[in-house]
Amino acid sequence: MLSLKERQELLREFHPDFREGGRREIKVGINRGERVPNELADLFEGVNAIRPEKIDLTRVKEDVDVLIIGGGGGGASAALFAAERGAKTLVTTKLRFGDSNTIMAEGGIQAAVGEFDSPALHYLDTMGGGGFYNLPNLVHALVTDAPMILEWLARLGVMFDRNDQGGLLASFAGGQCRRRVHSAADYTGMEIMRVMRDEVYSQGIEIMEFSPAVELVLDDQGRCAGAVFVNLDTREQFVIRSKIVILATGGIGRLHIQGFPTTNHYGATADGLVIANRAGAKIILMDAIQFHPTGTAYPEQLLGLLVSEAFRGWSAQLVNGEGQRFINELETRDITSSATIREVGKRKKGVPSPTGMQGVWLDTPLVEINKGKGTIHRIFPHLFHRFHTFGIEITKEPILVYPTQHYQNGGIFVDEHGETTVKNLFAAGEVSGGVHGRNRLGGNSLLDIFVFGRRAGILAAERAKDISVGKLTLGHVLDYEKELEKSGILKKQIQAPLLLPDYRYEKALTGVHL
Amino acid sequence: MESQQKKSISIFIFGRKYEVPKGLTIQKAMEYSGYQFIRSCGCRGGICGACVTEYRVPGKYQLKVALACQTLTEPEMQITQSPFVPMNRAPYALEQLKNQSGILGKIYPEIYRCLQCNTCTRVCPMEIQVMEYIAHAIRGETETVATLSFQCIMCGACVSKCPAEISQPNVALLARRIYGRHMLVIPDGVYQRISDIQKGKYTRVLEQLVQMDQEQLTHTYTLREQEPQDNRGWTPKHPTFPEDPPADR
Repeated sequence: MLSLKERQELLREFHPDFREGGRREIKVGINRGERVPNELADLFEGVNAIRPEKIDLTRVKEDVDVLIIGGGGGGASAALFAAERGAKTLVTTKLRFGDSNTIMAEGGIQAAVGEFDSPALHYLDTMGGGGFYNLPNLVHALVTDAPMILEWLARLGVMFDRNDQGGLLASFAGGQCRRRVHSAADYTGMEIMRVMRDEVYSQGIEIMEFSPAVELVLDDQGRCAGAVFVNLDTREQFVIRSKIVILATGGIGRLHIQGFPTTNHYGATADGLVIANRAGAKIILMDAIQFHPTGTAYPEQLLGLLVSEAFRGWSAQLVNGEGQRFINELETRDITSSATIREVGKRKKGVPSPTGMQGVWLDTPLVEINKGKGTIHRIFPHLFHRFHTFGIEITKEPILVYPTQHYQNGGIFVDEHGETTVKNLFAAGEVSGGVHGRNRLGGNSLLDIFVFGRRAGILAAERAKDISVGKLTLGHVLDYEKELEKSGILKKQIQAPLLLPDYRYEKALTGVHL
Repeated sequence: MESQQKKSISIFIFGRKYEVPKGLTIQKAMEYSGYQFIRSCGCRGGICGACVTEYRVPGKYQLKVALACQTLTEPEMQITQSPFVPMNRAPYALEQLKNQSGILGKIYPEIYRCLQCNTCTRVCPMEIQVMEYIAHAIRGETETVATLSFQCIMCGACVSKCPAEISQPNVALLARRIYGRHMLVIPDGVYQRISDIQKGKYTRVLEQLVQMDQEQLTHTYTLREQEPQDNRGWTPKHPTFPEDPPADR
């Protein structure tokens, strides 16, 4: 393992976060002075295709206590806990309910339940992994709620892997001093999401699909009080009024920061950040992007596809073109990615793929050699199947990998209940920031979404009882636009929020977007 | 990328002809043809079930079912998509269910209508033995249904083809939830840890960690003991670390 000093030097020189010209300062609004990736800054300086002055805020389609924007794991858990406490709850989502990065999580969820583990060790691992930039109160919440969240999920019927003795199977992720990741094969997120979706249906919670929020609505006291939506099929625009709003819109992978491929869902276009910024929510650490070390570099049809960190946890090694290991595989993701970029770039020891891309080997057959024949079938059926489709037998051949954009480490600033700097606006999951510092550990995002989804849902339902919403306004949107214009940086040609990535025509050939 | 552009093929999307470069998946070929997906697109990695696509290729009588993001285009391929399949989902409260015999058939009695035509298995893009798990469901073998169906992405391809009008993914989901909730045991250690946290066993040490300045925290971090890859017989030298005071090692 590298020392903290060696880590810092490696990051400074090779991590994409520190590349010249990749980020710029936000010039106006609540987040003035924050540095964010250019691709996000562009959206912050864009305009909404929906004109605020044309929205009639007196015509409200539906009135609810708790409005949850986003139908992944964070939104679904917030909904279950809010509805359980009697709140009239509505979940809206841009695509289908469950379409999210949650379903794509392969490796698992962290919880310190092992004999030689403790929430304190989980705390240290998380802080160190984040470069000690994490907000301590959030990490405290994360690690103390983790065992309870794991038990809650198991009680909902999630089939977590068991070991030979019938206990919960636990694996390593990078940066962990104990095995702490709990999995359901390499389908962990999908298994959790389909269970959670089923439970939301069981509870009769209202779901509105194909309806992205395009603007947050405030009331005359500056509190968040609903949102404007678009029906993606009919293009109808409508207003939902609510006492509390919980944003759970996920991340930004589909902006393709610095042209990287991404592991993210089609819908990960930073919509929540864009509308929250206009509404006055502070963001934190949004210049810290996570590049997962093992994105697929070949075959091209799988470019950017996540190859679970659990492979390295199960003893697969990273090897350069000369057959040498170049980094301890259990280093954190930022370190491992930087080391790979160094190996392929400065050291020129990459492996060229048939399509001309460079990568390094992930020696997957080692898993079968070290952990027994059949291990890959048992622990990685999804990835086995994916590669098998393209004629690559990962039990016998290594995989060619290269870092791929995976996660936004930062996001909307929240307190330990998920509340943002805008009254009655909460945020949960990837859209929020602070808990992971500058680099999230594997297994901490499936945990984060449920810890803070639950906390936000509970407080939202309690607080909603005492709120009467004032007169609705979109004044903040127009004010923000005026500020942009005054500063000469308004970008009328950019529509924000983006809602859907555009991969049409030649863009389908650029190869970056899986 | 250039070599792809040199060689193109014709495909038919909803009956309309398009020229696309060779070697693209159906999903990318449709985008190349000008489609910006709202439906029929999700994870783009074969796990969300959004992009179920039916196609025929010339000279073959079969109507194939596949995921658009995982399937390469072929010359003269005829493509159509059905992004949404209504499924029957019965109301139930999982907590109150037990793994009583015949529970799956009680909640979804239509499973007894299975004609054993095996179309469900044939069309499954995940190559799941769908008919087989329905047979196990009929026999009340919840665990087998749960494990056989584990890779189901709930795309609904089987549902759209089933002559017995069964919603297989929901039968399987119920089986998995009953198995996960009522048949798999949550280890005592998990409850013990939750109880310890609630009783305040870690309150003090966590408070200390939260209060630490950067220097103390990084120092404590570097003192962690790493569990080895082969942990048979391993026990940490300082099992209570980092409780007070963090031991220097």
